[in-house]
Amino acid sequence: MLTSDLLIEILKNITKVIETNKQYLCDIDAAIGDGDHGFNMNKGFKAVAEKLDVVKDSDCGTILKTTAMTLISTVGGAAGPLYGTAFLKAAKVVDGKKDLDNEDIVKMFDEGIKGVIMRGKAEQGEKTMLDALIPAFEEIKRALDSGSSSPEAFIRATKAAHDGVEYTKTIRATKGRASYLGDRSIGHQDAGATSSYLIIKTISDTINK
Amino acid sequence: MVGIVIVSHSNKIAEGIVELCSQMAHKDQKIAAAGGTEDGRIGTDAVKILNAIKKADDGDGVLILVDMGSAIMSAEFAIDLLDNDLGKKVVIADAPIVEGSITAVVQASIGSSLKEIACDVKESKNIEKI
Ligand SMILES: Nc1ncnc2c1ncn2[C@@H]1O[C@H](COP(=O)(O)OP(=O)(O)O)[C@@H](O)[C@H]1O
Ligand SMILES: [Mg+2]
Repeated sequence: MLTSDLLIEILKNITKVIETNKQYLCDIDAAIGDGDHGFNMNKGFKAVAEKLDVVKDSDCGTILKTTAMTLISTVGGAAGPLYGTAFLKAAKVVDGKKDLDNEDIVKMFDEGIKGVIMRGKAEQGEKTMLDALIPAFEEIKRALDSGSSSPEAFIRATKAAHDGVEYTKTIRATKGRASYLGDRSIGHQDAGATSSYLIIKTISDTINK
Repeated sequence: MVGIVIVSHSNKIAEGIVELCSQMAHKDQKIAAAGGTEDGRIGTDAVKILNAIKKADDGDGVLILVDMGSAIMSAEFAIDLLDNDLGKKVVIADAPIVEGSITAVVQASIGSSLKEIACDVKESKNIEKI
């Protein structure tokens, strides 16, 4: 069970984790991009955290929609419209709900990823955030289907996302800024996949606390 | 008249293109810049683009010129946020931003429709320079 209070806590923790990893994410982005991913994400989630007090008693849909709208107007980089779309699509699934069950969680995740795909027109294997998000989502589904609890499912998803980040080191970027580098992007991990991993890990750490 | 919105990661590029195009524009023509982020960083901002679209629209629709990457995604996001009536009348041009913008402004100034302009600016992809 995921409550709106827990969702607020998750978002606050994501803000902290992104801030801690700001430089790390920028360094990863600098190797094959423009070096702003950590800075962009930190700007975005800082702004989200400021809005959370206003929506702390709202339903999960409102909280996620506020998150989405804040990200699109503060992040600046590609991650803005991509994560913004993901949060907005997830918000639609849980509109008006304060308590979410496993089915809601799966649907949110599914719609969120579909949103990223719709917005960025990428697929798995193009060295983007999708290479962390899709394996994580598949692992959540597998875990829940086999009777695991959602905290257990997120532990497994975190591992899958981490493997996904490692996988991005082995492939060439064909979407996003890093695609300008062609084969020279091989050997470096993707910044967006890394931030997606950190977000999933933070969800896991929060609900497993 | 069709409105024009210029979306670039750089506010200076967006403002500069507006300045460049305005030389060839009709005096009542609406050309709006939506470059960079609200706090002056390099980047794009869907809400800023949304406001520029509303500013540029006088009922005949709006053509958006974009530079690359997140400019396209943020522009699409902005269109999704519009209510359906205006949303249907906003098109992202498949064209280089400078050449495309000049073509678009000239075509709009002589009263071409959104569909015609979107088609014409696409041609600017093929402009040979040398
Ligand atoms: N088309 C796309 N689809 C999915 N993810 C993408 C796409 N383009 C870029 N990304 C993700 O965005 C990350 C870069 O984010 P950021 O640095 O904020 O954007 P920018 O490239 O505009 O500076 C990349 O590492 C990648 O994971
Ligand atoms: Mg970047």
